[in-house]
Amino acid sequence: MERDDIIEYSLDAHHSEEEGRKIRRTIWRVTGLLAVVTAIEVTLGAYWKDWFEPTAWSAIKWTYVVLTLVKATYIVMTFMHLGDERKNIRWIILGPYVLFILYLLWIAVWESNYVHTIWETIK
Amino acid sequence: MAGDATKTLSTDVLWGGGRSPFSISYGKMMMWFFLVSDALTFGGLLVAYGFVRHSTTDAWPIGEEVFRALPFLTGSYPLIYVALMTAILIFSSVTMVLAVEAGHRMDKGGVIKWLFLTVIGGAFFVGSQAWEWSHFIHGGGGYITTPAGEKFWVHNDTHDTHDPAHAPGFHLVKAKPGHYLIPADEHAHVEGDEALKVWNSRVDYVDGANMVRNEYGPPQYANFFFFITGFHGFHVFSGVIINLVVLIMVMQGVFHRRGHYEMVEKAGLYWHFVDLVWVFVFTFFYLL
Repeated sequence: MERDDIIEYSLDAHHSEEEGRKIRRTIWRVTGLLAVVTAIEVTLGAYWKDWFEPTAWSAIKWTYVVLTLVKATYIVMTFMHLGDERKNIRWIILGPYVLFILYLLWIAVWESNYVHTIWETIK
Repeated sequence: MAGDATKTLSTDVLWGGGRSPFSISYGKMMMWFFLVSDALTFGGLLVAYGFVRHSTTDAWPIGEEVFRALPFLTGSYPLIYVALMTAILIFSSVTMVLAVEAGHRMDKGGVIKWLFLTVIGGAFFVGSQAWEWSHFIHGGGGYITTPAGEKFWVHNDTHDTHDPAHAPGFHLVKAKPGHYLIPADEHAHVEGDEALKVWNSRVDYVDGANMVRNEYGPPQYANFFFFITGFHGFHVFSGVIINLVVLIMVMQGVFHRRGHYEMVEKAGLYWHFVDLVWVFVFTFFYLL
């Protein structure tokens, strides 16, 4: 069954063989990068205790967060093509989300600190 | 590829208002809006997990000590299975983006090939998660609590949890106080009659995991595991179904006749989102 009432269009819905080769090269480069970052994360998770002092945990934790954000950026910008869309749609998607999550994180950290202190006190 | 403000659009593709905002199609924009709201749900779940973990005064389990098993193998392989699942999902994301690229060249055969591999990858991921859940629920043998409040891990060769004390190879390992999963010291290993004596004195035996309690840590740990990975797993499952439907439509030539493969692109957006969420679940649930 084919519907002819759906009109869908976006710019650049087609590209040539030549452009396709270039895009595929980018895709494989990003794939390699994601694989390497994941491998680093897993190796660090499994063996960091053999390599570092327990005090290094907080530095490793932040390394994870940064590596995760790197991965997320490549997935969103290259795989989801957000990097190829117009600048205003990019901001409409990312701006409110980042703002809201940062607020949520802040309030959760603040309040959980408070709850933790209370539980320590009544223990 | 960059959207160009000066590009002229043919009038039959404009939205009802006579324009095409952001030079993006209605369907793609709405898919993005849906993904943002869905991302807020996942963000909320992960932040709630962080809240509970940060406010608790109990010991919290560590990913590399809970998730260390592989199917068909004994021994300890910390995080390898989850890493494998991550790799499967990333590669199915790659095949998806290659399907989208093939669609832009109107290469029907290419779209079918890559979309088919995407469906296979997704199905593998859902299957892996089923195994992981099963392993998490059945647990590694459980622990007993003595009247003095000490915790001992229960081990035997056959992984018998109904009558573990009479199974071959039965022994106990004393857990470090305040910690799950970490042995107390080098004398933690208890065997033979002494182990039987400790076993008979037990006041509690927790084995595996359910919504009420689990052998890994506080009840909320298992609850969040079930809810977060379950919610994500359901997204993957839906994604596989969506991709399958689109694949069938591609094979029927629906999109080729329509003149563009934007439906593949929209299904792809959803599929990449599922991969994106897993990247965060992997970090915040398994690594941290």
